[in-house]
This record gives sequence, C-alpha cells and structure tokens, in this order.
Amino acid sequence: MAVDTKKCVGCADCVVACQTENNVPHGFCRDWIVENVKGTYPSLDMKFQSERCNQCENAPCVRCCPTGASHIVEGGIVLVTHDDCIGCGACVEACPYDARYIHPQGYVDKCTFCIQRVDKGQNPACVDVCPTYCLHFGDLDDPNSDVSKALKNRSWYVLAPEAGTEPQLYYLR
Amino acid sequence: MKEELMVSGKHIAEIYPVLHLWHWEISLYLFLGGLAGGILFFAAYFFIIGKEKEMSTTVKWATFIAPLALMIGLSSLLYDLHHKLYFWRLFTTVRFTSPMSWGAWTLLIIFPLSIIWVASFMKDMFPNWNWKWKYLNQFESFVIKYRLPFAWILMFLSIILAVYTGILLSAFNARPLWNVSILGPLFLVSGFSTGLATSMWLSKNDAERRILSRIDIFFILTELFLIIHLFMGFMAGTAVKLEAFRLFMGGSFTISFWIFVVLLGLIFPVTLEILELNGYHVPKWVPPLLILFGGLMFRFVMVDAGQITRFLY
Ligand code: SF4
Ligand code: SF4
Repeated sequence: MAVDTKKCVGCADCVVACQTENNVPHGFCRDWIVENVKGTYPSLDMKFQSERCNQCENAPCVRCCPTGASHIVEGGIVLVTHDDCIGCGACVEACPYDARYIHPQGYVDKCTFCIQRVDKGQNPACVDVCPTYCLHFGDLDDPNSDVSKALKNRSWYVLAPEAGTEPQLYYLR
Repeated sequence: MKEELMVSGKHIAEIYPVLHLWHWEISLYLFLGGLAGGILFFAAYFFIIGKEKEMSTTVKWATFIAPLALMIGLSSLLYDLHHKLYFWRLFTTVRFTSPMSWGAWTLLIIFPLSIIWVASFMKDMFPNWNWKWKYLNQFESFVIKYRLPFAWILMFLSIILAVYTGILLSAFNARPLWNVSILGPLFLVSGFSTGLATSMWLSKNDAERRILSRIDIFFILTELFLIIHLFMGFMAGTAVKLEAFRLFMGGSFTISFWIFVVLLGLIFPVTLEILELNGYHVPKWVPPLLILFGGLMFRFVMVDAGQITRFLY
C-alpha cells in the first residue's frame, strides 16, 4: 500500500471505515492518523500520515511469536490466527511501529489489509472510503497495480527503515 | 527556533504514548527464572566436583527453592497471558527464532528435573523418609545411580534458563534498551549471583558460606563490569541508544537504577562480603537480602525502561 501524504487531509475516514469493517472494539484502532507540524510560526509545514501495520517483509512480530499464531500469508500480508495466540504480548513488544494491540478477548489483533475483502478482489475498506484518494493498494509485484503505478512516478519513504523490518507501506512525498 | 510537533491519533491505553504492556509479572518471572537457574547450576556444579558433603546446603537444601521459584514464576507468566486458556499452544510447536518458545520448553523440562533432583536427596535430608510406593523407590535408586549425568544435564539447562531471561528481552530490536547482545550474559551473571545469595543465606556452615561468598564476589564484580560495558555501548550508540542512555542519566530511572540496583544491590553487598571474608562481623542475612533485592529491582527497571525506548520516526 502507498499513502499519499500530499493529499491526506487527516479526516480519519480510514480509521472509522476500518473500525466498522473489522469490528474493532471501542478504545482501539488498527489504523490511525499522525499529524506532524514543522517549522517556526508563521511558516509552518503540516503533514498527515495514515499509519497502520507495515506488513513487514522481515517481520519481527512473526519471528518472536512462540506459537506461530503470527504468520505471513502468500502475498505478504501478516496475520494472527486468533485461536493460536496465547496473548503473551511478545509481538506487541517486537513491533517498532506499535501497530498491534491486545483485543479485549485476549488475542492480539492488527491491520489485515481487510483480507476478507482482498480475497474477494476488493480493496481494503480504508482505501475505498478515502475521500481524497490518497491510499493506493495492490500487488507490488504487478507493475500495473495501483500501488506500483503510484510508486513509479513519485518519490517515497518508509517508516524507520533502520529497524530492518523491510516495511511494505510506502509514503509518497 | 526549529520545532517539530507530532500528534498521533492512536490512543490505546497500554500502547500509546508509551508502551506499557508488560508489568511486574514479567519482571518477577525473569527474576525467579534467573534465581532458579543459579541455584540449580551451583547444586549441580558442586555435586559434579564431588563436594556434596562440604556444600550440603548448596547441593541439597537450597534446591528446594528452585522448583518453588519456577512454579511461582510460571504462574506469574501464565497470569500475564491475555489468552490464558490457549497457553498450551506454546507446547504444540518449537520455534527457535522465538526465545519465548525455546525458553518455555526449557522451563517445561527443567521444572520436573528440579523436583526430581530434590526428591532424590529426600532420604539424605530426612533419614526417616519413605516413598510409599514401590516404583517410586525404584525410580529413586535409578536417579541416584545416574546422578552424575543428571547433574551435567541440569547444569547445562540452568545456564540456558538464566541466559534466556536476558535473551527474551534482547531479541526485541524494536526496544533499543533491550536490543543489546550483552543482556543475555548480564542476566546470566545476575541470576547466578541471586542463586548464590539464596544458598548463602540458607547455609549454616561457615566454610560453605565462605566458598559461596568468594564465588559471589567474582560474579558481582563481573556484573558491575558488564553494566559499565552496557552503558559505554549506549553512550557511543545511535540516537535511539542515546535516548535509552538518558533514561538512566538524569532520566526517570536514574535513582532506581544507580541507587537501588547498583549501589544497594551490588556495591554495598560486595563490600560487606569482602569485609566478612577479612574477619569483620556482618549479619549473615544482610548481603544475600541486598543481592536479592537488587536483582529483583534490576528486572523491574529493565522491563519498565525498555518499553519506553523506541525507534524515533
Ligand atoms: S508493522 Fe509491526 S505488526 Fe506489522 S508486520 Fe511490521 S512488525 Fe509486524
Ligand atoms: S501475543 Fe499471540 S501473536 Fe503475539 S507473539 Fe504472543 S502468541 Fe504470537
């Protein structure tokens, strides 16, 4: 997925869409908005960033999971099998982006890129609901996918690459 | 003035603004794991070198504490799990990349072994002891016959157990304070020192206590050396390591670490032990108590502080 930070206005529609689509319990979230203001008044620069699990290629959360509940499925999405998860919290500690939380029912939950929708060929809920079309989704290996096209024409960055997790969420600048 | 302000819409109580998911249960678990590892290591060691008679507290009596400590530690780990009913999933796979996994397996093996070790000495300790069932008696004689290889296995596993308590934390690269390879050896040395302190406290034999005390002095000095080493590494580290460094140098963990862990838990007891070896009278419970207190504090500080440190982006 790619997030266009030049278009995002911080409306948090993606957050609400996710909470509705995935029944995220009250007080938790799978995606969230980070607002970043830089500069000296009055010349300020403001940037919005819609963040979520980076579906890391070298995912530390998967590496440290003692039961294998956290795993990577074909296509690169990182998932948690709820019935295998013991709720030890090791993966929460291991994620440099704090993208996971413990569900009130005890297992760990996080962004799944709405796998239930993706399996049907749809976009994740956040992507479809975004009013400024700033989220681009698709298969990074397919040069014709929305995300590949977005990345081809723009300069981008990823969050904390120094953590070595090879994050797969790209931010267009 | 250049300023940067970041506001995140993530408001999850235990995760934002600072992660605070692991609490006293984990600290206690790490402390007791190291303690049990220390007790079992020296019990096995002194048995192997044939000092069973001279070091009877270390080899026999003190090992009572080990299964107890492991039991309390495991209960506190279980208590900390959020999906408790599924805990058995831990034992349906072995995952070498996850310290939590191989650590849990080590515990599963060493826990019954520590009970067997204690049980095999029951008749030594209580001459009137009687295993009511025949096959328990047979099993006992079997264990006694193979006690030497048993001791070697125990010694090996106790090293893994104690070192695991540190590696559990150091495996998390997302938490810069923990993510240092020296944490494994540091927790090992500290755990062994708390184990020695326990045996020392229980022992009524002056000669035995003197031997334990000598070894303990070596362990504490090594621990101090490793701590200096740790902080030198942070000081020369990247931004995230410097952030960790600052938590202990003027930050919120300065007093709890330098006063309670280093001064009261290490420097003070080691000084007392040296004085005692040189003939000064020191109440025998003071150094062990301080060492145990320092060891527990050390785990609390590390678990709490580590969760505060993070990648800055
Ligand atoms: S962002 Fe965190 S939870 Fe998602 S794959 Fe990476 S390490 Fe795992
Ligand atoms: S909390 Fe669940 S998913 Fe996370 S590491 Fe533990 S068992 Fe694995």
